[in-house]
This record gives sequence, structure tokens and C-alpha cells, in this order.
Amino acid sequence: MTINFEIPEFLVQQTQMVKWVAETTMRPFARQLDENEHERPYEFIQMIWPILRDQQKAALDKLQRPADGDGEKKRSRPSTRILGTMLLIEMLSWGDAGIYLCLPSPALGGAAIEAVGTKEQKLRLLTRFAEGDEPVWGAMAITEPGAGSDNSSITTTAVFDEETNEWVLNGEKIFITSGKLSLEESNGLVIVWATVNKEAGRAGIKPFVVEAGSPGVSIGKVEIKHGIRTSDTVTIVLNNARIPADNILGSAEVQASRQDKGFKGAMATFDASRPLVAASALGVARAALEFVKEKLTEEGVEIPYGLPYHRLTTVQRDVLEMEALLKAAYLLTLRSVVMLDAGEHNSLEASMAKAKAGKAVTRITQKAVELLGMMGYSREWLVEKWMRDGKINDIFEGTGQINTLIVARRILDYSRHELA
Amino acid sequence: MVSFTPTEDQQLLIDTMRRYALNEIRQIAHESDEESTPQMSVVNTGWQMGLVPSAIPEELGGFGEMSAITGVLAAEELAFGDLSVAMHVMTPALFAYPVTLYGTPEQKETLLPMFLEESFAPATAALLEPGVLFDAHNLKTTATAAGGKITLNGTKAYVPLADNAEWLLVYARNAESGVTDGYIVKKDTPGVEIEKRELLMGLRALPTFRVRFTDVVVEESARLGGAAGCDVNAILSRGQVALAAMAVGVARASYEYARDYAKERVQFGKPIAQNQAIAFMLAEMAIEVDSARLMAWEAAWKLDQGADASAEAYLAKQYADQMVLYVTDGGLQTLGGYGFIREYPVERWLRNGRGFPTFDGLAMV
Repeated sequence: MTINFEIPEFLVQQTQMVKWVAETTMRPFARQLDENEHERPYEFIQMIWPILRDQQKAALDKLQRPADGDGEKKRSRPSTRILGTMLLIEMLSWGDAGIYLCLPSPALGGAAIEAVGTKEQKLRLLTRFAEGDEPVWGAMAITEPGAGSDNSSITTTAVFDEETNEWVLNGEKIFITSGKLSLEESNGLVIVWATVNKEAGRAGIKPFVVEAGSPGVSIGKVEIKHGIRTSDTVTIVLNNARIPADNILGSAEVQASRQDKGFKGAMATFDASRPLVAASALGVARAALEFVKEKLTEEGVEIPYGLPYHRLTTVQRDVLEMEALLKAAYLLTLRSVVMLDAGEHNSLEASMAKAKAGKAVTRITQKAVELLGMMGYSREWLVEKWMRDGKINDIFEGTGQINTLIVARRILDYSRHELA
Repeated sequence: MVSFTPTEDQQLLIDTMRRYALNEIRQIAHESDEESTPQMSVVNTGWQMGLVPSAIPEELGGFGEMSAITGVLAAEELAFGDLSVAMHVMTPALFAYPVTLYGTPEQKETLLPMFLEESFAPATAALLEPGVLFDAHNLKTTATAAGGKITLNGTKAYVPLADNAEWLLVYARNAESGVTDGYIVKKDTPGVEIEKRELLMGLRALPTFRVRFTDVVVEESARLGGAAGCDVNAILSRGQVALAAMAVGVARASYEYARDYAKERVQFGKPIAQNQAIAFMLAEMAIEVDSARLMAWEAAWKLDQGADASAEAYLAKQYADQMVLYVTDGGLQTLGGYGFIREYPVERWLRNGRGFPTFDGLAMV
């Protein structure tokens, strides 16, 4: 091994393709979709669904194939799967962060099934994402009105009905990204976190798969938002919702064995999802920074490298600071992703990347609005939209503060009891 | 292929440097700072680890090739020990590396052997100038060519170890073209005058000097790289990357000390690290140290690719300038009143950390 920052050529080429997708199916519709909040980005969805469907199919086919007699073939080089995903999300978010979130895929729901599900569950639940002409969405439902950052205090209950061999869920889940697309507009699914025993605290919390069409499940409020307006964010109401016994991920036991990956497994999906939220932040920030530089160039303001502070204008210094900040966030994200690809534990690095990228996109996009004067604030350009879109990355998948708290616990080697 | 793992050789170097930093440099850092005097036995140990010779090509008698990545890895560990010692040990590089990279064959043959000796090489470089507004692209020190000779005039500041140096690499503005060039000057050349030792807020254990050049006449062959000259932008980039890496080392020293202290120090019945106000400050410090390190690595990697790294190097340095101040201030703040007492190292790290925006030309990879 050696320290190296070179992105493999095939990923550079993939990124160029994605850029084309962003330029043709995202950017031209970005403003119109933002102004018409609950419209769907059909051009993007139709273009991307067959690609994602076929990728999912390939993954499931691989799962079904009997293992080679020789056992796992040793890979000659480390995986670049998540690095590829990072670059994909960065570029799609450069196109439009709200549209990107409408990606027809299992999304976080799929991540939980991948991380915790049995082979049978994976095949049964994920096949819908691998076939047909109609796009399908997945979602993750953790947050409740009284349980935001503190997701251990959720109150949605799951009770097993032995007569019908079903789980019965009751409660209200809010802020579900793509919840309506998953349950009402496609044959998708949502991972719902519910407790089987409130007294047991964390140990009682389990992830359940709620499929579209399950009785007792309905969509409540459809949120109106500051940014990512194209993304569907809804409340899911569970009123004696009934799902099959086999739709629990991991063990139902409160005193689970060490092998049980239920709650912890689902929590571990954050280690994978946080760098990808950071990647989205990077894309939005880069869009804003590039646009600012382009407009400044048109005005005859170039950004020089190498000059002492006293020879820079305030605007130049601001832009250089934005650029450095973006680079810092990019490199932290890259590191967390490369660790994931190598199968290394990256909880600390993932939270560092998420905290930094959330802060960076906030700062960079807010500054971009300021630097471009009246046009920066105008809805004629996309900069003000990028500022509104970017902010979500400092909030979902753990706020900047929650991720800072995780970093703090890790570096201090403290449990959540020692550092609350 | 993206990777953040150093080679085995580099890891060995990091481990060796870290042991040296903790077991030797740290032991004398306070006393050296208080007495404004370098501890030469410790400096010599660092010199004899052979960082500079290992960057000199084998055909010239060195043991390897110049690697900016290896350079930043070593620089961070040295500065983690103490910034004065780090800069002291690496001062000969300010002369040796530009000659290695850009020197004419004669310059390399005559000048590089001194860096292969066991004794500390008596060479330094002079870039910075006195005053408020310094600009490496518009130096006040001038080089005027006439009759096959070059005449240097001007004053340089913060020239490290100029008192004991025999050779100086002096950067000056070509009076005709305005271009910045390097000139190899023997210190005993008439007109070279070592003025006062600089009195600085930090960096006290590293003697630096004001040096005046009054009608100093050198041969045309004294110009670094001869007629072709040198790539001054690349030299400046190498300086920025080295300083960024040293800033990371200083910041990491302060961060780690504050982190450990915060877990020990009990107030209101519990370690102060259990308060979010302290824990969050430490978490931010950790994130900033890592950010700046990765930026320095990326810039160094780009240098090693032979690519133009001027943007990366500049951004890394600019970021590190702010980072090291933020982190070393946080380190002092974490220790509260004790942080202000000179027996604790955090105030020294803050004094050293504050200097980075000013340290142009004081380090190189």
C-alpha cells in the first residue's frame, strides 16, 4: 500500500456519464420542480430506473448462485463499490439534491436488509427492485414526533399475534424520505423501527419491514420543506398495521445473542449511510462553488493560488476559503468510504466526514448567495436553492451535533453513559 | 487506486520519528524554549536519522529519491515533538532540496556532498524579508547582472541558523525581469552581514537571523539552475506543503495533550471531558487536524506525481494556518489556568502555532 489519491479510470468515466445524466435530466428541471413542490422528476426516474433495476438484479443473481467449490475467490485489489457510490451521489447531488433523493431504489431500507436480513429475506424483499417496468422505492422510518436524535426513545410498538402469525404495529413515524413513493406510488417497502418491549430500552427496538399494501398502514402529512422540495417527505401512520412474522430483521428476542445484528446492525448502517450523505453535501457545495467562480470569472474576477493574503481581495479570500473547506470535507469523506470498501471499522471517520461536510455545504452555499449579490438571492439562479437544499445534509442521518458527539465519544473512548 | 496507508518503509519511518519525538525532543523542548538555545545533541540525533541524504539521488551518493509524501510524514512527527527542533533538523533541506531538484550538474557535484556527512550540514536559505507585506513573487532583495557577475542587495529575515551556516541559498528578484531566483552564496562573501538574532513569540529554540546583503557579488554560475534557473513556484509549493504538515504536527501535539488532560481533570465531580462543551471542542479539534493532514498528503502526492500542485499546496497551507491556531488555542483553553502556565506545553504550542502564516521559506519537503 501507499498513499494515493488517484480515482480509478473506470470510475472517472462512470462519473462523466453521471454528469451527463445530471446535466440532461436534473439541472433543466431543477427550478421548475422546486417551485412545484410535490411534482415528481419523471425524466430522471425513467432514465435511471432500468439501470438501477438491472444492477439490483445482478446483485440478487449473485446471491442465488451456489458458492464456488474453491470458496471465495481472493480479490486481487480492494473493492471500489462504495467509492463508486460516493462519486455517483456526489455528481447526482451536483445535478440536484432533491431529485437525487427520488432515486428509485431500496435506499436506506435496502441497506438495513443487506446488513441484517437473511438470504431468504433479501431475495423475498429485494426482488421487486430488480424487475418490471415500474420503478420501486424503499425507505427507512425511525424518527417519531418525540424521538428525533434520541432514537432510543421511540414509542411505536410491535406486538406478535400468535393466532395470525403476524406482527401488529402501532405508532406514528415522521420525516420519512420517499415514504409516499414507497408505500403509495409503488410496490415498495419501508423499514419501521418499533419496540417489542418498552421496558427493555434499546434492546427492545427492532427493525420491521412494512410492505406496500399492508393493512393498517397509511400516509399522513406530506411535509412542505425549506429545501430538497422534490424529495418526498411524509408521515406514516401505523394503526394496527399487520405484517408477516418473517418481516422482522434479526431476532425478536430482547436478550438477543451476540450474533444477533438487529438494533446494532441497523445502527451500523449509519456507518455506511453517513459518508454518502456527506457525498451529497459535497455535490451541492461543489455546484455552488463552481457557479460562483464561473460568475466571478465573467465579471473579470479570477481566483489566484499562491498570493499572500495582502494581495487578495475579500471576495478572492472567501472563495479560496470555500474551496479549502470543500477539499477538507471531500478528503474526510473519501477516507471514510475507502475504509468501508476495505471492510474496516469507520464509525469515527464516517461521523467526522458527515459533521464536516454538513458544516461545509452550509457555509459554502450560504456564502455563495452572499457573494453573488442580488442575483445570488434571486430565484432566477439556482444558488439560493442550493443553499436551501444543502442544509438538509447537516440534519438528516444525524445532525452535525449528533455526529460531533459520536466523534467525541470515540476519541475520548467514552460510552453514551459517560458522555451524554 | 485511492489509499490512505503509508508504505511499510514509511510506517517504519513514522514509528522511528515518533519515538524520537516523544523520547528525545519532548524531553528538552521546554528547556530549549526557555533558554532560547537549541539542544545540539538532540538535533544531531535527528540529523543522523538521514532524512536529507535519503532525498538525494543515489548517483550523487545519497540513498534514494525525493518524496514529498515521505517528507510530510516525517515533518508531522518531528513537529509533533517540537517545532523548533523540527525546523532545525530540516534547515539543511532548505538548501539541499532546491539544489537537488534544480541545480546544474556542477552545483550538485560541489554542493550536495556536505549533506551526506554525519555532522550537521552548515547550509540554510533566505526567503522572507523584514516588513509587514511580504510577497515571494515580488521580493525587495534584488539581483542585478552586469559583466558576467551578479550583485545582490537587500535584507532577509528569519534566516534559520545563519550564524553557523557556510552556505546560503538567497532568493532575490531579478532586477530586469522581475522573476524570483535562487542564488548560492558563501557566507564569507564580502557584503554578507549577519545582523541581530530575531526575537520571536515562539520558535525560540531555533536561532533565526536578519541577514543583510550589500553589493554582494557572485559569479553567474551561482544562480540556482544556471541559465535555466529554477521553478520557484514548485519550491514555494514544497514549502507550503512542509509547513502544512508541521502545522498538523504541532496541532496534534496540543490536541492529544488536551484530550488526555480533559479525561484526568475532575471538576464538579467528574472529568471535564464529560461535559459537551469540552468534548465537542476536542472533537472539532480532531476533525480539523485530520482535515489538514489529508490536504497536506494530497498536495504532497500531487507533487510526487510531478504535477502542478500549486493550488493544492496553497489551499493546504492556508487551511493549516487557520487550523493550527484554532486547535492550539483549544488546547490551551482546555487546560484553563494551567494552560497559561509555561510549565505546561500547550501555551508553547499556541505561540508556535500562531507563526505559521509568517513562516514562508522555513521548511521544505
